[in-house]
Amino acid sequence: MHTPITSAVAVQGLRKKFRESHALRGIDLEVHPGEVLGLLGPNGAGKTTLVKILTTLLKPDSGHVLVNGWNVTAEPEKVRSTIGIAGQYSTVDGLLTGFENLYLIAKLRGVGRRTARRLADDLLSRFRLTDVAGRPAGTYSGGMRRRLDLAAALVGSPPLVVLDEPTTGLDPESRLDTWEAVGELVAGGTTILLTTQYLEEADRLADRITVIDRGRVVAEGTSDALKATAGNRLVVCVAEDCQLDAAARAVREATGATPTVDRRARRVEAPAADGRAALARALTALEGEQVEVLEIGLSRCTLDDVFLGLTSRNRQGAAL
Amino acid sequence: MTATTDTRTASPSGQGAPPTGASPTRARRSPVLRVLAESADLALRNLLHLRRTPGLLITCLVEPVVYAMLIGYVFGNSLGGPAYRSYMLGGLLAQTVAFTTTFTTVGLSRDLEQGMVDRFRTLPISRVALLLGRTTSDLATCVASMAVTTACGLLMGWRPHAGPFEVAAGFLLALLFSFAMSWIGVFVALVTPNAQVAGSLGLIWLFPATFISSAFVSGSSLPGPLSTVAVWNPITSLANALRHFFGNTPPPGFRVPHDWPAQHPALYTAACSALLIAVFVTLSTWCYRARTSR
Repeated sequence: MHTPITSAVAVQGLRKKFRESHALRGIDLEVHPGEVLGLLGPNGAGKTTLVKILTTLLKPDSGHVLVNGWNVTAEPEKVRSTIGIAGQYSTVDGLLTGFENLYLIAKLRGVGRRTARRLADDLLSRFRLTDVAGRPAGTYSGGMRRRLDLAAALVGSPPLVVLDEPTTGLDPESRLDTWEAVGELVAGGTTILLTTQYLEEADRLADRITVIDRGRVVAEGTSDALKATAGNRLVVCVAEDCQLDAAARAVREATGATPTVDRRARRVEAPAADGRAALARALTALEGEQVEVLEIGLSRCTLDDVFLGLTSRNRQGAAL
Repeated sequence: MTATTDTRTASPSGQGAPPTGASPTRARRSPVLRVLAESADLALRNLLHLRRTPGLLITCLVEPVVYAMLIGYVFGNSLGGPAYRSYMLGGLLAQTVAFTTTFTTVGLSRDLEQGMVDRFRTLPISRVALLLGRTTSDLATCVASMAVTTACGLLMGWRPHAGPFEVAAGFLLALLFSFAMSWIGVFVALVTPNAQVAGSLGLIWLFPATFISSAFVSGSSLPGPLSTVAVWNPITSLANALRHFFGNTPPPGFRVPHDWPAQHPALYTAACSALLIAVFVTLSTWCYRARTSR
């Protein structure tokens, strides 16, 4: 039965257990049409399991999973005809040429011979692969292979494209190349579910981010909102090494948190939940300690801080 | 929904894109035609692979020559020389055809290992098509191997002594049996963990299966229970059926058993093939589901 589409992906209470481990322990997730959702998590968080369930490669143990309005368990065939998948585990055929790869997928999607040929040519030129279209994909560079993989996911313009760690294992140049290609997809209005373990990638490509760890959703929101929840950091740089300890005392007093001290950069840092007030207290405290300050200020948390904070908290929670 | 469709059509990919997506055009075709079309696409892909993998191509075209030489001249001389070489071809073809199974096993387990199967599974295609595409392309491979074997036979003095229809019937029966063997190959690939194990396991059972037969020797020369196995071995009956169709008689001194399969070799081979196909198509689709929907 087809449910009218209000979200491209709607997941409720999804659980999946493998022989010895719980891969997913109750995931709720939603991807709105037209957006890019970044699914962020460390290795082993359950990203790949989730993607495999969404793409009908695995069956969920329990929970409700709708993709483009179709239930993955009841109507996997319908789901498959409305998704494209690319990334880490979705391979291009190394023995076929770039053209043949795309042509085959178009044919398998039920397109006629002429249309399939045109579709393959269009996608090859769109992903700047026309020059190498006649070469076996096995001879492509890493970046070219991923571009071909992305092109393959777009054959037949599926309304939802799932990108599973699209840049894992790529060199920096190929990564930028791939990001650019994903950026073009986004500009074209395709709905994308992107899994990644790179924060920079999620920050750059995703409209919204869902952080998962150990099979659970631990946070979700826009990149800015996530950064805001982690608050600011108070940063103080001092002129002399010998003043570092005094500065650390002042920062601890002002923020109530244990500061990290970088001796080489002569910098003291601590999370400051109440921002400006902490900054004012720090100025007073530093004055009291008679520290000569070179630089002082509030800096916004990076997504890395958020991510590490979330995942380590989850780890401690699990250990208790 | 309308909003998404609109944005999509506005996208560069949308231009000229077919109306797949939510409502695939394919859905209009009948399911049987669909499976056949998908299998044909995949079979063509497998044949492109074969053309671009020199190792496989050599195996498929040179192996039959090696076996023909080996059995024709190394064993053949002590078994009756030219008369044996003319008689042997049926057995040689039966063996060539039986070995099709290894192509299937190797090809499919490589696709499983490299994740190609997963890629195909995320496409809206029938699950049988993936396996059927493989066995169909191996049928084509088998035709090539059979042509090489037959050419070797002609060079070694084999001649058919029957009409064109009988000869054609013989080759068709061989193809039917090859198709059955190919489905065994699918099953082996699906129950083995990786391509390497699949490759060796695919051969382990095949050698005894081929040689405990009277494809090359008189079945009655085998000791005790082995001769019973040989009598009922479909490879024996295929070899006998081919000799029957080609009008090749055994060399002097070859005792031919008179059990039921030996009396009705073509019928027995066809029945065995049908049974093998039914059993292994069922087992394979079941294994495929189990392996891929954990």
